[in-house]
Amino acid sequence: MTDTTANAVHFEAAHGHDAHHDADHKPGFFVRWFMSTNHKDIGTLYLIFAVTAGIIGGTISGLMRVELAQPGVQYLGYWANALHHFLGMPDATVDEAHHMWNVLVSAHGLIMVFFMVMPAMIGGFGNWFVPIMIGAPDMAFPRMNNISFWLLPPAFILLLGSSFVSGGSGLGAGVGWTVYAPLSTSGSVGPAVDMAIFALHLAGASSILGAINFITTIFNMRAPGMTLHKMPLFVWSILVTAFLLLLSLPVLAGAITMLLTDRNFGTHFFDAAGGGDPILYQHLFWFFGHPEVYIMILPGFGMVSQVIATFSRKPVFGYLGMAYAMVAIGVIGFVVWAHHMFTVGMDVNTKMYFTAATMVIAVPTGIKIFSWIATMWGGSLTFQAPMLWALGFIFMFTVGGVTGVVLANAAVDVQFQDTYYVVAHFHYVLSLGAVFSLFAGWYYWFGKMWGKQYNELLAQIHFWLFFIGVNVMFFPMHFLGAEGMQRRVPDYADAFAHWNHVASAYGYSLMAAGMAFFFINVFWSLFAGKKAPDNQWGEGATTLEWTLSSPPPYHQFETLPVIDDNAHH
Amino acid sequence: MKIFLKLFAIAAAFGMAPAAALAAPAPAPVAPATATSAAPATAGAPAASDQSANSAAAVPAAPAQLAPTEGFGQPDGRYGLQDPVSPIGVRGLWFHDWILMPLIVAISIFVLFLLLWVVFRYRRSANPVPTRNTHNTFLEIVWTAVPVLILVFIAVPSIDLLRAQYDPPPADLTVKVTGNQWYWTYEYPDLGVNFDSNMLTDDQARAAREPRQLGVDNRMVVPVGAVVKVITTASDVIHSFGVPALWIKMDAVPGRLNETWFRADRPGVYYGVCYELCGARHGYMPIAVEVVSREAFAQWVASRGGHMPGARPAAAAQAAPPATVAATEGTASTPAPSNVVAATETPATTNQGATR
Repeated sequence: MTDTTANAVHFEAAHGHDAHHDADHKPGFFVRWFMSTNHKDIGTLYLIFAVTAGIIGGTISGLMRVELAQPGVQYLGYWANALHHFLGMPDATVDEAHHMWNVLVSAHGLIMVFFMVMPAMIGGFGNWFVPIMIGAPDMAFPRMNNISFWLLPPAFILLLGSSFVSGGSGLGAGVGWTVYAPLSTSGSVGPAVDMAIFALHLAGASSILGAINFITTIFNMRAPGMTLHKMPLFVWSILVTAFLLLLSLPVLAGAITMLLTDRNFGTHFFDAAGGGDPILYQHLFWFFGHPEVYIMILPGFGMVSQVIATFSRKPVFGYLGMAYAMVAIGVIGFVVWAHHMFTVGMDVNTKMYFTAATMVIAVPTGIKIFSWIATMWGGSLTFQAPMLWALGFIFMFTVGGVTGVVLANAAVDVQFQDTYYVVAHFHYVLSLGAVFSLFAGWYYWFGKMWGKQYNELLAQIHFWLFFIGVNVMFFPMHFLGAEGMQRRVPDYADAFAHWNHVASAYGYSLMAAGMAFFFINVFWSLFAGKKAPDNQWGEGATTLEWTLSSPPPYHQFETLPVIDDNAHH
Repeated sequence: MKIFLKLFAIAAAFGMAPAAALAAPAPAPVAPATATSAAPATAGAPAASDQSANSAAAVPAAPAQLAPTEGFGQPDGRYGLQDPVSPIGVRGLWFHDWILMPLIVAISIFVLFLLLWVVFRYRRSANPVPTRNTHNTFLEIVWTAVPVLILVFIAVPSIDLLRAQYDPPPADLTVKVTGNQWYWTYEYPDLGVNFDSNMLTDDQARAAREPRQLGVDNRMVVPVGAVVKVITTASDVIHSFGVPALWIKMDAVPGRLNETWFRADRPGVYYGVCYELCGARHGYMPIAVEVVSREAFAQWVASRGGHMPGARPAAAAQAAPPATVAATEGTASTPAPSNVVAATETPATTNQGATR
């Protein structure tokens, strides 16, 4: 069996003296950052964008937790009035205030999915490290890489801007991130939903272009000797993710274009009165939407694999199984979509199929979990911040995964559909899964990307506060959902008050305190951090990025590295 | 809007056959169904007792509303699912509590234990030299095969329960539920009952001793032990009709008729909500299902201006398509004058609605 990692000795020439001189010639500020074709700069832009979007999306979740802290509606009216007064409008009505709640819910979901997790994982870390890890000088299509990024800011502006125009019963698009028809068509007059749909179009186009770029890069630009079966697992994860994006996003684009024509041009794709079907939209949306949830987690699997191997000082256990488990998850991810729709009135055979198919996903996921543990088994573990996040990821993702098995049962899902149990489930796999892997990657590559070491103490405090906070916030949501508390409501029956209060007062506060340490750490480290060595993690860090300087030269691998087939095991 | 009329006609047609089914057992003593219900049945008793007082009036008064029971039929801040009162719910709760929960808790604890073990045993100070072991075919087969077996173990009862959910007994009663922004409309197509149900404001709920955010002005009332077919649809956007204690949830989709069913085996008030985002007041259209004795149900139907399909030969019911006609024929077979309620008769045959 071949090793997954490259032997560093063989490409010292890559940053020899002459190459280094040319490699560090950087263009001026505007050309560098606004017309960038450099994968590392574009990756940095993506990361800055994702952090910005994350601050906004996280603030929105804070607003929601504040409102939910106690039964009754305490703040929505004030916030809606503030927005109305800002726009020179009269006081908000009760319905307009309640509409604002739906706008917050929708914005939180859309921002976190399309403008935080995806740009950070694929655009940020993918751009930064896929070319380096396969020994390529840059992405295959550097200019397309540029447009991929620059489609995102207008998309984000369109989405944020939609909050200031009418969306039917109030300002903004209050249709949820799923944008179900007919609430999003006949149920929401005004331009807000159109703007949100355009935002999704642009973000989708951005991702499709990025996916084409990654697939081409990974298939054509691997260094000599870097066979597919030697690629680091992070590259594998991005490859599978890119295929998911390429195959699923056009379906979303089609579905929301049909929403647009239903809204504006009198078509009736999703209008029963004209022969259409609202459920058709849900099928189209979730045919995209389910692969989308794997799009958000697969790069995380990849990052966690790199981190676990590095801090165990051992190669990944069962490399091929790990790689093809991701392929399997990607493939199965396309045939389980209707488990999001168990209550729409499907017939029993369909529900049986989607129950069974959904549970099958637990098998490759289990392979990954156990392979990570086996990677650590016999290792020599140290527990710097990236490793803590990766360990947290494994356990939290397991918890989110097993509740997914519960939800997969159509017969039981009838109780849980659209309750807080589902909210708890997908926050365990996303907020505690995907986001944990993002932080693992952030701390893992911080020194490599910026050339400064992060502060370990602050990073550990960040981890523990965030870990406790999100668990206190999201675990009680299982109880709320099991008892029947519905999603997407600003007020609830008094019996739900206790756990909502716990989630808001303790959970969110601890999480937010953790994030304060994150930002302090970022600024402190960037301005006063120690200079990062080429390889700060030692013998466990065997992928190509650790053979380069920190930060890497502006153009790396002008002489391609050669990956030795006989690298030791 | 023609399509809605058409759909309505279909819904009414669905309702016809079950109406006959309800007609047969109704005049008989109600004992079998109510006998199964334990303590809370007493709550229904006072309602039945004042039927003689009502009967003198032209439109009988509604039976007294059941008072909601704390911790039953509504959330009470517990850690798990609400107590189910339908047979499917009992099976579902068992499946969740005794198959799924032990398994997922065991798996989570197993993974946690493994993680803690490797963290403890293979920390650098305890194991300074890592092994290079990256393969173990036997282990890999085990952790692929064992999850498959566990999933099969889950899937068998799961699919079985799913099949039971889709295999309803013949319906005794059909209720068509229409979701609107932001209230529910209930229609009993065979009984001529039709009304809207809105949430009580906080003040009204307090006055009525109803749970806040769950109490409604007009409850959906069904008889205990009856198989209730629920047809859901919507007039504007998608809503979802869900009542946890009855273990039902069905989306109400404009242009579609979805069907589900339940049988509530205990009298009581069971609260639910709209589970699909439906606009500004999505959180403000709760559901209250009141399960009462058959006598109280008939009395309630009469108070709503409806009519029970009552003591009428099943053959006649099948021969008469529109609900109102069927009801009129039904009265012909009773000794009471057509527009006067016979106080001594079982209230199941009251037909005030038919004479309007």
